[in-house]
Amino acid sequence: MTTEANTENSVETVIQDQINNNPIILYMKGNPNAPQCGFSAQTVQILMACGQKFAYVDILSNPDIRANLPKVSDWPTFPQLFVDGELVGGCDIMVDMYQKGELKTLLDESAASRGEVTEVAEDVEGNAQV
Amino acid sequence: MQGVIVAETGYRVVVEIADQIKKKLQLLQPARVELLNESQLHAGPASDSHFKLTLVTDQFDGQPAVKRHQAVYKILQEELAGPVHALALHLYTPEEWESEKQVPESPQCAGKNTYKSTS
Repeated sequence: MTTEANTENSVETVIQDQINNNPIILYMKGNPNAPQCGFSAQTVQILMACGQKFAYVDILSNPDIRANLPKVSDWPTFPQLFVDGELVGGCDIMVDMYQKGELKTLLDESAASRGEVTEVAEDVEGNAQV
Repeated sequence: MQGVIVAETGYRVVVEIADQIKKKLQLLQPARVELLNESQLHAGPASDSHFKLTLVTDQFDGQPAVKRHQAVYKILQEELAGPVHALALHLYTPEEWESEKQVPESPQCAGKNTYKSTS
């Protein structure tokens, strides 16, 4: 039977679409207002401090994505940040880049390439988090 | 010192996991390895699940951070799929280590539903 393989493929397609359609996207535990893990909380704080709009996916409420993203990204842990379709890394890399000023530069350049200046987090369905 | 490992814990199982991790990481021919059990930072019964690794090797020369992390994740695939829920990585070349010599603090995992974080 190929049902399971098909489901896996479609989840991977969903993930690819999310990464391709959201220039700055964070896969995290919980949501930006209520992160469910210290590492996710820290990455949200950093992204907020950088001041660019970012999309997020709560992997705790999306178990399929939680199970399949590590295969797509070749990265086993969460959170994971993607910018312009590329994996930037997890919490350690983000903190390091942030401290060096590199993360803000990366995000600013990504936003500038689209002419964006907004500062709100959205989930992938486009629901703004207040 | 070559291959130094520090596992701060009283739990035998942690020492075993730490030893296993240490053995596998020799693939990277590290000049320095430090493995710290940080499970106490996290809520819930997570005595052997959260680690912080500092590793220095010249194999990271010219490699971006993402590639370095992926190299370690690949070597520790089994452990990350099993008992190790969180592994903070601080990966340096010998030159970078000389200039940094200081590893950032890991965050506290506060609140509910957090003990299985970052698996």
